[in-house]
Amino acid sequence: MATGTSDRLGAAFEAIAIPLGALAASMVLFGLFMAVLGHNPLEVYGLIWKGGFSSTFSWQNTLTRAAPLILTALCVALPAQAGLMIIGGEGALVVGGLAAAVIGHLIGGAPPMAVLIAMAVAGFFAGGAWIALAAALRQYRGVNETISSLLLTYIAIALFNHLVEGPLRDPASLNKPSTDNIGAVNMLGTIPGMDVHWGLVYGIVFCIAMYVLVRHTTWGFGLRIAGGNARAAKLAGLPVNRLVVTACFLGGAACGLAGMVEVAAVHGSANASLMAGYGYTGILVAFIARQNPIAIIPVAILLGGISASGGMLQRRLDLPDATVFVLQGLAFLMILASETLYGRRFTLAMRRVAPPQKAPA
Amino acid sequence: MTEVGLWGVPLGVLGGAIRVSTPFLFVSLGECITEKSGRINLGLEGILVMGAMTGYATSYLTGSPWLGVLAAGFVGMLMGLLHGLICNLPKVNDIAVGIGLMLFGTGLAFFLGKPYVQPKAPTLPSIPFGAMFDSPVVQSALQVNPLFLAGIALAFALGWAFKNTRWGLVVRMVGDSSDAARAMGYNVNVVRTLATAAGGFFSGVGGSFLSLYYPGSWSEGLSSGQGLMAVALVIFAKWNPVHCFYAALLFGGAGSLGPALQSVGVSSGYYLFNAAPYVLTLAIMIATCSPRRTLAGAPGELSIVK
Repeated sequence: MATGTSDRLGAAFEAIAIPLGALAASMVLFGLFMAVLGHNPLEVYGLIWKGGFSSTFSWQNTLTRAAPLILTALCVALPAQAGLMIIGGEGALVVGGLAAAVIGHLIGGAPPMAVLIAMAVAGFFAGGAWIALAAALRQYRGVNETISSLLLTYIAIALFNHLVEGPLRDPASLNKPSTDNIGAVNMLGTIPGMDVHWGLVYGIVFCIAMYVLVRHTTWGFGLRIAGGNARAAKLAGLPVNRLVVTACFLGGAACGLAGMVEVAAVHGSANASLMAGYGYTGILVAFIARQNPIAIIPVAILLGGISASGGMLQRRLDLPDATVFVLQGLAFLMILASETLYGRRFTLAMRRVAPPQKAPA
Repeated sequence: MTEVGLWGVPLGVLGGAIRVSTPFLFVSLGECITEKSGRINLGLEGILVMGAMTGYATSYLTGSPWLGVLAAGFVGMLMGLLHGLICNLPKVNDIAVGIGLMLFGTGLAFFLGKPYVQPKAPTLPSIPFGAMFDSPVVQSALQVNPLFLAGIALAFALGWAFKNTRWGLVVRMVGDSSDAARAMGYNVNVVRTLATAAGGFFSGVGGSFLSLYYPGSWSEGLSSGQGLMAVALVIFAKWNPVHCFYAALLFGGAGSLGPALQSVGVSSGYYLFNAAPYVLTLAIMIATCSPRRTLAGAPGELSIVK
């Protein structure tokens, strides 16, 4: 039998090698797809590298896109610790962004720091409440959270369109309906030394905090028990419903914060540009990271780079902007299929040590 | 418009229910087959969009919209097969694969469909059941597409087949107890894969209706969650194909409330009325689900109701 330490090392090796292998396989499949369409796969790979990771400029572009992805991925990873599969991050982002923009405009005259804090709080609670609703429906009414969270996204977008094109519309925004601008002084600045806004730091800090919360506190321990076996957790006296709803609230809050960052650092007001699909790409990030809050950071940077290279693929090879979606979709399916490989190493080792016994009939 | 006045709203909802419900009907019947076998395919949204793109492109290239419908069904079947095969691997979660397929299908459809956003493809004809009425509003409300009629026939045929045929029994048995099916010598994975492929075929056909009849063109914003709502609709219909038909009509009516109100001049809450089907779906799920009991008629092996 393998010892505990080598088991843990083996599991860590698996957790890194299998997703990387699946990503490599999806790159190969994507290359084949490109080759069938008459493009040189190596040229496509080269452009993805160039557009995402080769220069300071492309790194800035990549990190700017990674910032919201880190936060939206948490909206999948945190509920996953509680055993829920939430895919409505886009809705929480939209609601959070709208709430932040409204608050930012209302108190626009206050000191910029106070405005930003108020905006962040507004986005945090609006997004959190949105996903907590899906979790509460699941816990108290048995409504499937995957479907309800996506339905809530469509409802959020309808509400957003109604408010932004109606009651909250800035009359000066003619071509692109927007809410009132929060004002240039109130915009979220860039991290010193690089042209990347502070949203990246928000995301990284949020991820580390959630990692500590889930892995190193009693609350997180209880949450993981509730996610693993709700009945056992109830027998142990854990407040399962409250744990699950709180975890989903935190996930939604991360998405709401992503919306606030997009408003405060990029757009300056809430408008249709907020719905850029970060909520959906975040699902992929969380699955590649195997729902681990720390692993989300490098994976979000990787996918941020791939999506940053979309523009270059469009310009150089005249490929449609959906090209990166095809690559992401392939990667998603490969990652999910690779789930089947976990634990194989262990059973192989077992077989080598002891000859397989006859299974009981 | 003035001659019917406010009657335009119920008429618009009726006509809309007939028009808008067809994709719901096909996708929900497809999902019904898949779920009866004990798996859930959330990727039908992606299949729907791929079907819409394939149908439109085929119709444009060959000039025959019916060939487009067939091609859409075929592509949907391939994607259903993909879902089925990935889910056959041990330890792979069917809901997660569905989400993956949703993103993959929409991405692929946007990628391959880029050249077909502009050109105009021949669309499906309709049967003017309202020809005996003078009013143009009534006439337009009663324009019925043959696919709608095919969908009704399919719903009743499936309902009959699940009860009375051998394969209907096999699919239900695999969905209710894989152990029983295995003991009877059936390969559970093969039955489920075939059921998912069949579900994909019908979803693809449902998608082609979107691009070839109503709204009748291909664009990236064509589907807005119809594939996903159909999954909720199957739960609402308690896995009964005939009830799927009634539920699809209800959803179609809710979906056409916004445009119908707009046609009589109520336009202030346009976006809010467009959210009606989503709110309705959510309300129905809240009303029919319960944390304490599994739903009556639910296939026993289905992960979503366990």
